[in-house]
Amino acid sequence: MELRINRETYSVQSEGDTPLLWVIRDELGLTGTKYGCGIAQCGACSVLVDGVVTRSCVTPVDSVEGSEITTIEAIEADETGRRVVEAWVAHQVPQCGYCQSGQVMAATALLRESPNPSEEEIAAVMVNLCRCGTYNAIKAAMADLADGGERG
Amino acid sequence: MGDLSNRTLTRPELSGGPVNLSRRGFLLASSGAAAGSLVLGLGLPGSRARAQEAMAPGTRVPAFLEIRPDGTVRLLSPFVEGGQGVFTAMAQIVGEELDADPATFVVENAPPGADYQVMEGMPGFRITGGSLSVRTSYAAMRRLGALARAMLMTAAAAQLGAPVSELSTEPGRVVHAASGRSLGYGELAPAALDLPVPDPESVTLRDPAEFRWIRQPVKRLDVYEKSTGKAVFAIDAQVEGMLHAAVQHAPRLGMTIGTIRNEDELRAMKGVHSVHHLPGAVAVVAERWWDAKRAAEAAQVDWREPEGAPEPNLRHMPADFSTDAFGDALERAPGDGEEAEAKGDAPKVLGEAETVVGATYRAPFVNHAQLEPPATLARFNPDGTLDLWVPNQAPDMFQADAAKQAGIEPARVRVHSPLLGGFFGRHFLYPSSNPYPQAIALAKAVGRPVKVIWSREEEFLRDRLRPMAVTRFRGTLDADGLPLALEAVSACEGPSEAISGRDKDGKLDPMATEGLTGKAYAIPNVRVAQIYVQNPTMLGYWRSVGHSMNDFLYESFFDEMADQGGQDPYELRLRLLAGNERLTNLLKAVGDLSGGWRRGPFTAEDGSRRARGVAMASPFGSEAASIAEVSIEEGEVRVHDLWQAIDPGSIVNPAIIEAQVNSAVALGLSQVLLEEARYEKGQPVARNFDMYPILPPDRMPRVHVRVVESGAPMGGIGEPGLPSVPPAVANAVSHLTGQRARRMPLSRLSFES
Repeated sequence: MELRINRETYSVQSEGDTPLLWVIRDELGLTGTKYGCGIAQCGACSVLVDGVVTRSCVTPVDSVEGSEITTIEAIEADETGRRVVEAWVAHQVPQCGYCQSGQVMAATALLRESPNPSEEEIAAVMVNLCRCGTYNAIKAAMADLADGGERG
Repeated sequence: MGDLSNRTLTRPELSGGPVNLSRRGFLLASSGAAAGSLVLGLGLPGSRARAQEAMAPGTRVPAFLEIRPDGTVRLLSPFVEGGQGVFTAMAQIVGEELDADPATFVVENAPPGADYQVMEGMPGFRITGGSLSVRTSYAAMRRLGALARAMLMTAAAAQLGAPVSELSTEPGRVVHAASGRSLGYGELAPAALDLPVPDPESVTLRDPAEFRWIRQPVKRLDVYEKSTGKAVFAIDAQVEGMLHAAVQHAPRLGMTIGTIRNEDELRAMKGVHSVHHLPGAVAVVAERWWDAKRAAEAAQVDWREPEGAPEPNLRHMPADFSTDAFGDALERAPGDGEEAEAKGDAPKVLGEAETVVGATYRAPFVNHAQLEPPATLARFNPDGTLDLWVPNQAPDMFQADAAKQAGIEPARVRVHSPLLGGFFGRHFLYPSSNPYPQAIALAKAVGRPVKVIWSREEEFLRDRLRPMAVTRFRGTLDADGLPLALEAVSACEGPSEAISGRDKDGKLDPMATEGLTGKAYAIPNVRVAQIYVQNPTMLGYWRSVGHSMNDFLYESFFDEMADQGGQDPYELRLRLLAGNERLTNLLKAVGDLSGGWRRGPFTAEDGSRRARGVAMASPFGSEAASIAEVSIEEGEVRVHDLWQAIDPGSIVNPAIIEAQVNSAVALGLSQVLLEEARYEKGQPVARNFDMYPILPPDRMPRVHVRVVESGAPMGGIGEPGLPSVPPAVANAVSHLTGQRARRMPLSRLSFES
C-alpha cells in the first residue's frame, strides 16, 4: 500500500489494520508523533489527515490510503503550523513535551479551518490531555493565534 | 520513492533522536579525541577524566562541560529533565558564573559516576526527586561555572601574553581591555582542556546583586524541540538492527507462567520474531511494536498462583484484594499508632475535654499516569558492554541494578537518560515496575538490540501507587473557640518503607506522615501518629509524596475545627501563625492576590453560587498557600480560580516557577477532583485513561501565582505547589455545600447544583 505523508510517497508493508501511528513511528521512523493511550483518549498521536486532526492510534492505515497525511515533522513547512510553533515557543508552552506534538497538530488543524476561532471553538478542539497541566499556556498561545489570524 | 527498506535505514539520521543517541556513543568511544572540546570524561574506565586523580564531586570541569568551536556550551546535568525545567536552571546557574549566556547551552543528562553526585549533604547519592535538584546543587554548580571561567582565563592569559589580573570576561569571551583584544570561549577551549582544574576554594563567586541570568525568566532551552516533535524520549530511541517487544504481565503480581496454550500460533503471527517466558510476563519480540503487541495480547496464558514467599520488597497480590475493602480495613485498624510528632499532651487534653471534634478522612491510591508509557532500549555491544536507554530519576542506581541483571560489571553499563515524558515519581528504581530488566533479558536472548514498550494497559497494571491513608482526627477547642489539642492517627504505609522495608530500629517512614507533621500553627497540644499497615499493593513516590495527601487531610480537618469554634478559617490561620513572619506574609500575599479574602458563599456575575477555601503547606523546604474558588455545576465541582503564593526562599527562574505551580495545581486538582486507583479481585479496575480520568483542559481553572522570596534557605519548586491545592478546593466545596468533603476524589461524592 502507498501512503502520502508530508508530501512524500511511501510504500508500506504493515497489515491494513495496523494503526497509522505505528506505521509512522516504526516503519517510517518518524517518532515525533507519540503513543499515549492507544484508545483515542489522550490525543498525543494526533496527525492531520487531509487537514483534519485525527488520532492515529485508532486509525487503520488502510483507511487513509490516498489521503494526504501531515505529521509534526512537517509542521513548519505549513504556514499556519509555523505560526503555531512560534506561539508555543513565545508562550513557553511545553513542560515534559510529550503531548505537545499532538497539541500543535490540533491547534494547526483548527487555525487552518478557522483562522479566528472563538474561545468556544478553541475549547471544543483543544481537548488533548496534558499531564503537566500546560492548559493555560496553550490557551494563551491560542488566544494570540486567534487574534493574529488575519495577519497570518 | 517508496523503497521503504532504504528509507528505514536512513530515517534515524533524519529524525533527530538517533543522531543524539549515537553522538553520545561516539563521544564515549572516542573520549578525548574530539578536537576543540573542553571535556569528555563520561565516566568510563580509561577515559581522560578518569585518568586524573579523584576529585570532589562537581569540581572536575571537563566531566561537565564541553565548549565547542562556535562557543556552544554543552553541559552534562546531574539531574534529568522531565518538564520541570532543570536543564534550563542548570544552564542559568553555570552560565552565570562561567559568564556564558544560558541560550548558548546544550544540556543533556550526565551518565552515572561520582563526579555527578553533587547533592549537598548527600554524598554518593544522585536522584532527580524530592524537589532537591537546584537547592542541593546550587552552590556546586555555581562553583563549577566559576572554575571553568578561571581555566578559560588562564588559557587566555597565555595566548594573549597578558596577566590574568588584567583580564575580564563578557558573555562567551575573555577580554583584555588594555589592548582591546579578546578571545571567544570556543577558541580557548582546546588549551583550557589541558589545564589542571584550580583549587575550588580559589574562585570567588559573583555578587548576587550582579546576576544577569539567575532570578530572570530565562527562556527554556527545550521548548522549540518539544513544539516540533524533535525532542527524543526513551520510547523514541532507535538503533540499527533493533527489534521491538511487547509484554503481557500476569494479572496479579507474583503469578508465573504455567503454559502458553497458543504459543505456536503466536510464533507464526505476522512479524513475530520470538516468544519469551519472563518472570511474571510473556514477551513477544517482533520487527515492529504493533506486531509484538498484537501477539502479546493474544497470548492465552495459564497463570500459576504465586508459590512461597515473595522476593524481598515484592508483594504478591491477593486474588481477593479490593481497595474499598482495604480502605475499610484501614479505618478499623486498631491502636493509637506510633508517634511521629508530639508537643504538649494531646491525649490528656482530649481525654479531659468536654467536647471533642472527630472525623475520619480518606486518601486513595493514585497512579502516576505520566503520558509517556515506560520503554527501554537495551543493546549489548561486541565488547561486552551494554547500552541502556532508560527513563530514570537515578542513573547510578539503574546502572548498578542493570549490571546485576546483565551479569556484567557496572562500569560496563552505559546508562542513557533521555528526556522524560512526565515522571512525577514514576521513574525511580522500582523492582517489578520498570521495563529495563525485560529489555536486558530479551536483548541477551535474541542477540540484537531490543526496545520494550509497555502498552498503557500494562503500565496501569504495574505502575507503583501513591499510598492510601485513612486518618482519624480528634480535636478540642478552648473557651474562645481556638484549637487546644489536635490528634491525627493515620493508618498508612509510607512509600519508603514499602519500597525498602521497615527500618530495623523502628524508625518511622517520615513520608507516611509528612504534611500531618511539620505544621506551623500554634496549637499547644499535638499528636501525630502512624498505624503501620502493610499493603498488598506496590507503592511508590508520587509528586509531593506524603504531602500530596496529608496536607489535604490535615488542612481540611483544620477547617472543621475552625467551623466548630465559629472562626473564619483564614483568620484562624493568621492568628495561629502570629509571630511567624514568613507564613503570615505568605498567607497575606495569597489573600491580596485573590483580591482580599472572602469566604462566601456569594453569587458570581454569571449567577452561580460560589465559595472560597484556603489551605497551606510546608513541603520540601518551601512554603505555599492556596485559595480556590468553586461552584457546583450539574452536580460536579467546578474550580474557577486558584490563587497561590509560594515562597521557596530564593529563586532561579520565576517563569519556570510559575509554570511549575500551574503544573502542580493541575495535578493537585486532578487528584482532588478525579483520581482514584481502584482494585477489585486483585486487579486494577482502570487500565487506561477511559476508566482513570485525569484533569482535562476544560476543568483547568485560571491560575494566579505570586512568588515570594523571603530569603530563607532555598527550597524546592517541582512539588511544593501541589499539596495546598486539594484542601483549598475541598474546603471551598465543604463551605459551599455544607457537606464536609472528607475523601478524595470529590467525584465520589454527590452534590446538588
